[in-house]
Amino acid sequence: MPKTLFEKIWQDHLVADLGNGSHLLHIDRVFLHERTGSIALTGLAERKLQVRNPAHAFCTMDHIVDTRPGRGDETAMPGGREFITRTRQETRRAGITLFDINDPRQGISHVIAAEQGIALPGLTMVCPDSHTCTLGALGALAWGIGSSDCEHALALETLRVIKPEQMAVYLEGDLARGVTAKDVMLHLIAEYSASGGRGYAIEFRGSGIGQLPVEARMTLCNMAVEFSAFTGLIAPDEATLDYVAGRPYAPVGDQRDAATAYWRQLSSDDGAVYDRELRVDLADVEPTVTWGTSPQHAVGISGRVPDPGNESDEAAGRAMQRALDYMGLNPGTAMSSIPIDAAFIGSCTNSRLSDLRAAADILEGNKIARGIKAICVPGSSRVKLEAEQEGLDQVFRDAGFEWRESGCSLCFYAGGEGFTRNERVITSTNRNFEGRQGPGARSHLASPATVAASALAGFITDARITGN
Amino acid sequence: MKPFTRHRGVAAPLIRVNIDTDTIIPSREMRRVSKHGLADGLFAGWRYLDTPGGKRENNPEFVLNKPHYAGATILLAGNNFGCGSSREHAAWALVEYGFRAVIAPGFGSIFHGNAVRNGLLPVKLPEPAIDALNEYASASPETNRILVDLENTTVRGAAGDEFGFVIEPAHREMLLQGLDAIAMTQQHLGLIEAFRAADRQRRGWAYLDAGQATTPALIKASISVSVKSSS
Repeated sequence: MPKTLFEKIWQDHLVADLGNGSHLLHIDRVFLHERTGSIALTGLAERKLQVRNPAHAFCTMDHIVDTRPGRGDETAMPGGREFITRTRQETRRAGITLFDINDPRQGISHVIAAEQGIALPGLTMVCPDSHTCTLGALGALAWGIGSSDCEHALALETLRVIKPEQMAVYLEGDLARGVTAKDVMLHLIAEYSASGGRGYAIEFRGSGIGQLPVEARMTLCNMAVEFSAFTGLIAPDEATLDYVAGRPYAPVGDQRDAATAYWRQLSSDDGAVYDRELRVDLADVEPTVTWGTSPQHAVGISGRVPDPGNESDEAAGRAMQRALDYMGLNPGTAMSSIPIDAAFIGSCTNSRLSDLRAAADILEGNKIARGIKAICVPGSSRVKLEAEQEGLDQVFRDAGFEWRESGCSLCFYAGGEGFTRNERVITSTNRNFEGRQGPGARSHLASPATVAASALAGFITDARITGN
Repeated sequence: MKPFTRHRGVAAPLIRVNIDTDTIIPSREMRRVSKHGLADGLFAGWRYLDTPGGKRENNPEFVLNKPHYAGATILLAGNNFGCGSSREHAAWALVEYGFRAVIAPGFGSIFHGNAVRNGLLPVKLPEPAIDALNEYASASPETNRILVDLENTTVRGAAGDEFGFVIEPAHREMLLQGLDAIAMTQQHLGLIEAFRAADRQRRGWAYLDAGQATTPALIKASISVSVKSSS
């Protein structure tokens, strides 16, 4: 019987069918960070359990660590230091590799797991962080878990999982110039709602995948969780194999040959069946921006803030009205006229080198609008270094952006820094929830190009019109 | 973990769609490396008024601050409850506050798993059923209590108003018996060992513990190697 990519990886990791719908799956890699990883390691120690295979577990400092230049263990968050020192102590005790604050490999977990070759095609990987699905872009089965499951994965190299249903999202055709993977995901979620992919293992496939660079595929899979999916994944192709080759933790020599042979057959068979199939015609997607407090509150940049009165679903209409009240917006307002106070480029969604290049292309030789607070936070210390080698930091600085150290930073409030009440932020991040970027802060999700163009103009702006 | 068999309690309505885990417990409320001390932070953004000096004052409009709902142990919610971040703090905070069950048309996947691991029962019911339960409960919250019965997988509101719900058998079993996942899997250590031995032969490339990259010298060298760009 023809199998899907997901089915193949699942079966290759199936230790036992536990009955009652539950399966015991082997977990190849566990990634931790200082916020929830510290708790999982502490929980394990309290139960007098050991990390079963420390060589397959890694940890970074990304969530709470300060991103302001000259940082140390102190953070803007009260009590933040405890997370950092405890993580250092617990990872050392467990024998886990830690990418500490001043390690040149430090960065956002999902960025560096790919960068270091820790995530590989065909592996299972978990992290107590919902955006672990990012790594599905490499053809890994990677998903976010809670602390209890994390303790289980660390102690027993396995997880008890109920097998998810499968969805195929076909991306067909060509993206228009200036439209990105971020726009595709906001478009998809707006169309089918933030719960449209709930519980599914989603394979992104179709003719549109091949044209997307691997980093853009990471943006696609990253946002799968905003679609409420179990995870997103993409079959590895030659671009994936090329991306993986030579990474520090990737296999070498004979093992590399064996891995490559395995990876080359790792795709869905013709005729494989999915529980649900969706299709996005890429030509229909324009730069897309959110107007509300859920990723489903998104609209093309040439569109307007919708009217809750026109919503047929009553609950959704009420949520829209609440969102408009929170966001301080009126129905019918043209999206590309909304003034902003701040611009943020960063996060596991859009902080890789290609994202910074796209923003810098627009910023080069220009200045941000007067009074705008603009911040760029590279996704890893390595991305930061590479960007600096290309002179991108100077482009950002000259335009008026702050240039930060790597971490999750102002994507959310964990590090203790936030935008202020009613401050309107155009942001390359993944969540526009109430209070996500600071109590009362108003977030508009968009691609790095849209963020850059909007920072220059001082209002939400289509990068294709105003860009260089 | 506290087993869940049957529970009768005050049901508080928070019928909004997409209540995310950032809303259930904001990042700034997760102050310590701990699974405890989180109840005060539950729904902090909605529950408290913004007061100068940082002192917390209850928002009288928020449902859990209304006297009738002071003892609420069941939450009636909108679709996709617990979407977003994987933070298990959301489940810990709800449990610590005193909630035993959340009834919603659907849940975020990671939150759902976290709830089960912590003895918090996620009950999936369609909107009309939740509306009916809400209508009954809100008429007199303290006396019109809702009965959630996991043994029979039913929820009972007004007389004669009973709704069946579906839950994965594995989840039901864990909740009914208050089982611990790690302890259960430890019984299968032999299977895990056997899988690993065979898997190592099959997929040697996936194993780092005997591999090249754990060599300190190589790791050190890799730090200085400039990485390839991906596109």
